[in-house]
Amino acid sequence: MQFPVITKLKQHRFLFEELVKRDFKKKYKRTVLGMGWSILSPLMQLLVMALIFTQFFGRNTPHYVIYIFCGNLLYSFFSDATKGGMGTIMGNAGIFTKVNVPKYLFLLSRNVQALINFGLILVVFLVFVFIDGLPITWRFLCLFFPVGCLILFNIGLGMILSALFVFFRDTQYLYDIFTQLLMYLSAIFYTTDHYDATAQKLFYLNPLYVYITYFRTIVIDGAIPSAELHFLAFVYAAVILGLGCWMYKKYNTRFLYYV
Amino acid sequence: MRILELKNVSIRYMTGDFKQIGLKEFLMRKATRNYQVKAFWADRDITFSIDKGDMLGIIGTNGAGKSTLLKAISGIMEPSKGCVIRRGTIAALLELGSGFDGELTVRENTYLRGAMLGYTRKFMDETYESIIQFAELEEFQDRPFKQLSSGMKSRLAFSIASLVKPDILILDEVLSVGDGSFKKKSEAKMREIIGGGATTIMVSHSLDQVREMCNKILWLHKGYQVEFGDDVNGICDRYQELLDGTRHIEVK
Repeated sequence: MQFPVITKLKQHRFLFEELVKRDFKKKYKRTVLGMGWSILSPLMQLLVMALIFTQFFGRNTPHYVIYIFCGNLLYSFFSDATKGGMGTIMGNAGIFTKVNVPKYLFLLSRNVQALINFGLILVVFLVFVFIDGLPITWRFLCLFFPVGCLILFNIGLGMILSALFVFFRDTQYLYDIFTQLLMYLSAIFYTTDHYDATAQKLFYLNPLYVYITYFRTIVIDGAIPSAELHFLAFVYAAVILGLGCWMYKKYNTRFLYYV
Repeated sequence: MRILELKNVSIRYMTGDFKQIGLKEFLMRKATRNYQVKAFWADRDITFSIDKGDMLGIIGTNGAGKSTLLKAISGIMEPSKGCVIRRGTIAALLELGSGFDGELTVRENTYLRGAMLGYTRKFMDETYESIIQFAELEEFQDRPFKQLSSGMKSRLAFSIASLVKPDILILDEVLSVGDGSFKKKSEAKMREIIGGGATTIMVSHSLDQVREMCNKILWLHKGYQVEFGDDVNGICDRYQELLDGTRHIEVK
């Protein structure tokens, strides 16, 4: 089977590689410290959260540090990829108004960079899991599923946001507010046990909560998540990615007028 | 062989209040009925074709739709009506100086630009040295691009772009850049490429240049196609009359 996206990627492979390199260099500013900082910053966030919230929520939650880390890990990947993805059309206007290249190359390259960053923190996460004494089993292989879904979800949302950002320049501020609200709704540092059954179900409307819960079920509970959770994780990714592709297709030739 | 055909190509261009606004402003303007979007036809019903080895000059006053037409030919824009049939690879050298990344070094920008123009990595590895040499930037290879002067930037842009070997080459006023010796060098280089047999489409405001180099002329006026043909001197003479004010064109 031949996908047009794959053929295009092959055709523009050199450009794609150079774009990934560019994003990578700009992010880390060519320093080892830059790379270290991108690990250090979520770790400091984790430290502060653990110090403060252990008093409130940590007493009844086993492996509370890992519990927060699961949330932080996925939330920071999500927010890095989508916030970075938002500017990819505007930021590369100088390129696509002069050369005929597919515009999703810029978004994909930014997502590769977010994925590399996520990979680095994931390694630190696994070290923490090991130190905490949680068993690392074959079930951890299942983590590829939510990560894969989240990658697609990020790309899809990045497409939607980057298109919106071309049309409305305040998308950035609105999205900042949105992500902050979403963070509080994602049960990163608290558990949902105190809410009644209906309210607990409502949390599943939040895709991020679904991915975080998947991680926690595997890592902390050592169990395979339910079929429903698999289904939700996949459907959210598919719907958002579909919507993103539709927007790119629909507005592809119109971006030019706005930049 | 017809290497490029345009059939009844019309391009609608939009402009107006939608640029650089936020959602709040958009809603406010909608509510107060102060939101105006103007659509106009930048090019109307353009039909022409060129053969392999042709050198087409596009002439016309400002706002004639030349640059928009070039964008449609190169595939950056889709025509609103009609179609463009290309039988070969196209390289468009439009506004060369912009589109570089100030944070990256000269070397990195060279590779990125090469990739944008569709070169392979192997080709860039082989030609990198001569690009830098031609641009006279040997001492700046690992300096951030933002430290270059604008003359240096356009020299680099030209040096990279001048290596293209497309079937169809599109030039928007880039026959020469820089000053003094580099201007001569770049013009010679450009003539060498054109002389190499590439089918070329050029937009130029210099009628002398067009008369000398082109064998076909497309004359646009306010989006309309006034004339197309191989009577280079005849068309240029009539265009000159328009510029001198002794000729008027009735726009339908």
